[in-house]
Amino acid sequence: MRIKCPWCGPRPLNEFTYGGDATKARPRKPEAAGIDAWMDYVYLRKNPAGRHEEFWHHSAGCRSWLIVTRDTTTHEIEKVALASPQLREGKK
Amino acid sequence: MRYSAGSLIRNALSGHKHWPRVWREPEPKKSYDVVIIGGGGHGLATAHYLAKNHGITNVAVLEKSYLGNGNIGRNTTIVRSNYLCPENIAFNEHSLKLWEGLSEDLNYNVMLSQRGVLVTFHTPAQRDAAIRRGNAMRLNGVDAVLLTREEVRKLVPIIDFSPSARFPIRGGLLQPRGGSVRHDAVAWGFARSADSRGVDIIQNCEVTGIKIEKGRVRGVETARGSIKAKKVAIIVAGRSTLVANMAGLRLPIESHVLQSFVTEPVKPILDTVVSFGAAHFAVVQSDKGGLVFNGGLDGYNSYAQRGNMETLEDAAAAAASFMPCFSRLRLLRHWGGINDMTMDGSPIITKTHVKGLYFNGGWCYGGFKGTPASGWTTAHMIANDASHELSAPFTLSRFETGLVINENGAGPRPGRH
Repeated sequence: MRIKCPWCGPRPLNEFTYGGDATKARPRKPEAAGIDAWMDYVYLRKNPAGRHEEFWHHSAGCRSWLIVTRDTTTHEIEKVALASPQLREGKK
Repeated sequence: MRYSAGSLIRNALSGHKHWPRVWREPEPKKSYDVVIIGGGGHGLATAHYLAKNHGITNVAVLEKSYLGNGNIGRNTTIVRSNYLCPENIAFNEHSLKLWEGLSEDLNYNVMLSQRGVLVTFHTPAQRDAAIRRGNAMRLNGVDAVLLTREEVRKLVPIIDFSPSARFPIRGGLLQPRGGSVRHDAVAWGFARSADSRGVDIIQNCEVTGIKIEKGRVRGVETARGSIKAKKVAIIVAGRSTLVANMAGLRLPIESHVLQSFVTEPVKPILDTVVSFGAAHFAVVQSDKGGLVFNGGLDGYNSYAQRGNMETLEDAAAAAASFMPCFSRLRLLRHWGGINDMTMDGSPIITKTHVKGLYFNGGWCYGGFKGTPASGWTTAHMIANDASHELSAPFTLSRFETGLVINENGAGPRPGRH
């Protein structure tokens, strides 16, 4: 598996560190969020067999956090984007 | 028929042409008292103990593929109970005791070889941790022996003890009763025993839906039609999330792939199960002579039953560093199994929000050794609609209440357990 980093181009897997499911959103008002919201964020995962949006850190490269859309049954990568714009806008 | 020395001689004299089939291939009935989704080791063990311990035999085990195609045939055959958390020690020790009597119980030789399981340590901190773990085991009635460097050298001389070793051996923690079991025989033995007690084992029968009415389970939809059932158990390592979703159950699980490897066969060189304390690498020599070993998880969500080359390279590098004499061996095969990794690294054996629906899964990479105790406790739960005391801590609600059983203290990072 190779990941095409937006800054560095296609790079081998061992330059990257996995960051897990990128669809989980931290409760917007942590102090007001109940146990269900925290349980959902910290523990529950969709864990799909198929299309999965996930964080990867180019830890042995440019050190950018990426959001990769990958198929968990074939490892085919559909899309790679920088995570920072989405995180900055508070979408994730 | 019962297997015995007599039956072996009779069949040898007739050229082994008249052995009966080991289990039937029945057509699914319209309804059962219990349907077990998943004909893996744990599902078959549950069927065996349902019949044997609780007299419940109107049971079907539904397997989407063939017996032995899942993780029961993909593991590295190691059994042990060298855990730290009391809940894990009690559960796995019960399992080890069941392994010790399993061949007689099943009338099927599962080839248990209690050759000892050794975990090496390489730093003073690791030594402290090994002492703590050994003491925890002994406090719970499990055998554990702390070995010095010289004792490790005597036990496993092929480890690199040279001054240039990258991770010098300081000693090891040995569980003498640990060892290995012939994994296919476990599937076949449990299947044969359950079948002979009246359980229907139905292969090539994928479950496509779970029928629920008014909060109670009514049966399952399968590739071979609807089957009614009073109780249904989901025991589908590697597909837990997907099957649980059919019943609206959401899980604290990520599925990851773990690879195993086997080298070409060599003469006996390793008579202990050894785990490298400095990297992910555990090895056992099979009866055929191949060195069976594994490394770490590939490290990202995967439902592909095959792994990547980087992880193979890591495992091979650990092997060569730890036991340099392996460096010239050729790999014969490598394969992947899907591990349902929970958020605390411990399994889940639980009733669910649906009456009559039970869940057993999230075994991380500890599933094989737990097979008998998993079947034992799950059968108890199905028969009595209440958890067995050994599996009572392994609830789904522990994540909400904070009573997680986190053996490694790795936090909610499934790939790190």
